[in-house]
Amino acid sequence: MVVYLKNKFSDAGTATLFAARFFKEVFRPPLEIKEFLRQCYILGYKSLVLVGITAFIMGLVMTLQSRPTLVEFGAEAWLPGMVALSLVKEIAPVITAVICAGKIASAIGAELGSMKVTEQIDAMEVSAVNPYKYLVVTRVLATTLMIPLLVIFADAIGIFGSYISMNIHTDITLFRFLSKALGSIEFIDIIPATIKTFFFGFFIGMIGCYKGFTAANGTESVGRAANAAVVSASITIFVIDMIAVQITDLFL
Amino acid sequence: MQKSQESTQEDVVRTGKPIIEIKGLHKSFGKSNDILKGLDLTVNEGENLVVLGKSGSGKSVLIKCLVGLIRADQGEISVFGNNITTLDSNNLNAVRIRMGFLFQNAALYDSMTVRENLAFPLKRHQKDISDEDLDKTIRESLDSVGLEEAIDKMPSELSGGMRKRIGLARTLILKPEIMLYDEPTTGLDTITSREISELILAIQKKNKTTAIIITHDMACAKLTADRIVVLKEGVMEAEGTYESLENSEDEWIRSFFI
Ligand SMILES: Nc1ncnc2c1ncn2[C@@H]1O[C@H](COP(=O)(O)OP(=O)(O)OP(=O)(O)O)[C@@H](O)[C@H]1O
Ligand SMILES: [Mg+2]
Repeated sequence: MVVYLKNKFSDAGTATLFAARFFKEVFRPPLEIKEFLRQCYILGYKSLVLVGITAFIMGLVMTLQSRPTLVEFGAEAWLPGMVALSLVKEIAPVITAVICAGKIASAIGAELGSMKVTEQIDAMEVSAVNPYKYLVVTRVLATTLMIPLLVIFADAIGIFGSYISMNIHTDITLFRFLSKALGSIEFIDIIPATIKTFFFGFFIGMIGCYKGFTAANGTESVGRAANAAVVSASITIFVIDMIAVQITDLFL
Repeated sequence: MQKSQESTQEDVVRTGKPIIEIKGLHKSFGKSNDILKGLDLTVNEGENLVVLGKSGSGKSVLIKCLVGLIRADQGEISVFGNNITTLDSNNLNAVRIRMGFLFQNAALYDSMTVRENLAFPLKRHQKDISDEDLDKTIRESLDSVGLEEAIDKMPSELSGGMRKRIGLARTLILKPEIMLYDEPTTGLDTITSREISELILAIQKKNKTTAIIITHDMACAKLTADRIVVLKEGVMEAEGTYESLENSEDEWIRSFFI
């Protein structure tokens, strides 16, 4: 038990040091621009379809399910606004981040894990190239920038899904729908929702890299690294979300 | 043991002045897993030193300590007169550029083609290199291992022997003064093994490199070794030329040569 706790604490310590190193290395030239752009493409662009489909379905389903309750209170006119607001503030950021934890954090964990196990990371290091800079900084920067963009994309697709669903029951023009939906969203709602997505992105990338870099020897540890990355990243997302909501609640 | 070391000392060809000096190297993993226990070893400029030892005796750990991949617990490692154990990362990298490391399983970057694998260290250490020079150097390096046609292949498309040779080409591209080979011929057929051994000899001649070669392959040891050391239980058990160790009085040492 004591050993278990000790291991947990020392693990948390190494993880913190690992993450802290990012801030030290990120400003030190040269930046690996080409690898960074490649990662943006792989991690961001290639997740568009998955995020799009999920967001569309979320918008559609939320509208369908909220409708009866609102109709009962005679508040059907609020439907677009309500759905848009919950999408932008909560559903789109969290769902997108969790999806990306599944897709991106596991991919990074598996890739770096297998590089670690097959000594590719060591090879980089002995050729006097900083593997942290080349592998970790580029990936973490890419996820930190791409997740917020994916969330904005998810917002848009989700609201569009909601519009489609509205049209099943009533005829409403896209313009009227949008003016109702967007009218309910205030600037003050968007800021905290956007800020937290940067944190989601940072942690998705960082956890994937950490799990990959600390993979033990042996091929089975690659699978374990990928798996651990998804689990830790998903939990972290919910914890950050909870903290973010608390903070917003306090100050706004 | 001390005696046998001294008596073989005279047979050893001294090729140059010491370039790597290891004194009292200790390394353990965890509490009860002592791998190296006070190892002393000197490598002279221009020589090929072969390291023998049972599997798990810490041969890979030894050369990983030399390039600072593994931090030694205790002891001094001096390479080109720099103490590896106390260097900061910038100075350590300056030493690493002058050393080449061939990994046990080549460690090619899976996500890159052969060309990109070779360009990777080159682009980062010779930043002003032109595209033509880059291409020329890559082709030269591939040519020296006899695999120019593999330039646009992915590592997954290569056989084990080809991977080793590409790994060798990637290591040689920075023209290292010291080469560290971790089992360069393991898992290869006898003909390919011989080719790689001859390649190691050719590299020594052409680039005047100093090399540490870890191997279980006695044909490779016989061909490449100027001097052989045998590791046992974390220290150097014996040292000498191939012939002197082959005829050693110690049965355990002779058993390597059967
Ligand atoms: N990073 C590490 N963490 C923990 N133990 C390690 C590590 N690296 C090596 N060891 C241990 O050190 C011992 C020596 O390993 P090493 O790889 O040096 O053996 P070797 O002599 O190269 O054997 P082989 O000929 O099979 O390659 C092994 O028992 C191994 O378990
Ligand atoms: Mg080994």
